[in-house]
Amino acid sequence: MSKSAMLEVKKNDPIGTLRDFSRDLLEKKVVDALLIPKKLPSGDGYCQTLIRNPEMLVDVNPLAPTLPVQSARLISHLTIMDPGCKVGAVLKSCEIRAVIELVKFLQVKLDRLILIGVDCLGTYEPSDYAKMSREKGKGSSVTGNLLKGAREGKIKPQDGYDLRLACQICEYPNPQKAAIIIGLFGHNPQKEIYVELRDGLAGELAEKGILATTEKGSSSRDSVIERLMEERLKRRDEVFDAFRSRVQNLQDLMDALSTCIRCHNCMVACPICYCKECVFKTPTFEHKADQFLRWADRKGGVRMPTDTLLFHLIRLSHMVTSCIGCGLCDSACPNDLPVATLFRTVGQKVQGLLDYTPGRSVDEEPPVATFKEDELQGESGTT
Amino acid sequence: MEEFEPRIIAFLCHWCTYTGADLAGTTRQQYPPNIRIIHMMCSGAVDTIYILKALIDGADGVLIGGCHPGDCHYQTGNYKARRRVAILKEILDQVGFTEDRVWLRWISASEGKVFADTVTQMVEELKKMGPNPMKKLWLA
Repeated sequence: MSKSAMLEVKKNDPIGTLRDFSRDLLEKKVVDALLIPKKLPSGDGYCQTLIRNPEMLVDVNPLAPTLPVQSARLISHLTIMDPGCKVGAVLKSCEIRAVIELVKFLQVKLDRLILIGVDCLGTYEPSDYAKMSREKGKGSSVTGNLLKGAREGKIKPQDGYDLRLACQICEYPNPQKAAIIIGLFGHNPQKEIYVELRDGLAGELAEKGILATTEKGSSSRDSVIERLMEERLKRRDEVFDAFRSRVQNLQDLMDALSTCIRCHNCMVACPICYCKECVFKTPTFEHKADQFLRWADRKGGVRMPTDTLLFHLIRLSHMVTSCIGCGLCDSACPNDLPVATLFRTVGQKVQGLLDYTPGRSVDEEPPVATFKEDELQGESGTT
Repeated sequence: MEEFEPRIIAFLCHWCTYTGADLAGTTRQQYPPNIRIIHMMCSGAVDTIYILKALIDGADGVLIGGCHPGDCHYQTGNYKARRRVAILKEILDQVGFTEDRVWLRWISASEGKVFADTVTQMVEELKKMGPNPMKKLWLA
């Protein structure tokens, strides 16, 4: 069972308080290394940094409102072979859900991993964040402005900017599965931060004098999350409905994908697309001239590079069941294709068909790797 | 105008449907010649990429033939094929390609007649549907 505590915020500085908490975890060997967002020297953003020396914790921000890369991929590198020590990782909910999916695909091992999940206020595009931090000068806090909405669950992005669309429609503002959960919702972050501990960590943290816990949860946090969810679900359904009315036939789909340049960025950014050698990068797709000419012949002419529709449909069919909706494909697209919306909208139906929620539990097999004998009997024309 | 003759690409499993198709031939079952068969070892070996490639390149229909549930030579390949086809069809449906051009059928080695009937029926249905619209998509 989980235990919880209130972390008292010192000097009205929640980020500093969490930094001290991280230092305790590292110095007192709760973790031997810590992956945590650290501010870039330029001030333009944050990058995940693997920290061994506690002195390097200067300028870390567990609540960094950007998601430049999906940390699930980093976790894969860190754990697929035994790292030989305990690695802690400060992650957002979408990253944890991607980690859980990658566990099932044997790309992540949890044995030495301590997941530290933070309540997520949403993230900005890295380029927007850079602009904001330059506009306001180094003293201002983009994170601080977002944090103002944590208590009531009414998150207001900075004037003139929006949170990433994926964050606006995210149903998981709070991490579900983590050894340590840093809770922001429902409390005044200038005063206190809710911390939930699992996996027997409560005993260890108490013993080491880091944090004493009780059995009590946080009802104010639960109700704020509930309210925030309502808002998110409403926004999500609007986005899904808009996409469904935009894409009603094949031509609509082609229009939505028409500016794709087949750079494969969406695939590179995707945490679920883990294959070392994607079929689209193999000689199968290095067509010969006569092949291109045959296609051109058959259709009168053919767009180059070829295989755009095939690429997106295959990516859908290979991994839409496990799409956790981080939206990094959207951020990676140079031409602003609605890739994430496509995946989320289609994913809702396909995941529903197989009664699967990606990122929910490591005990569930991914749908493409399993089956039930008595399901989908209409598929073979025998209804 | 010439009557539209659909072209079907069929992925047939070695142990059941391919052998069933063979039986259809040796027992002189009549069925329309609109089908091009690709011999697979198992319906579970049919990646969705084969199905989509065929459709996008202009096949009017795709038939995947496997062993009846419980009869798969590799134990469970056909169940996996069924999931894969269900996922693909749901995706196609969601992106506005709602025509029923992908058929999954269980046809055993002894069901030559069923194979011939399936092909006949599929050709009829595809004729009603008309040519696959993807055939003209130069942008695809």
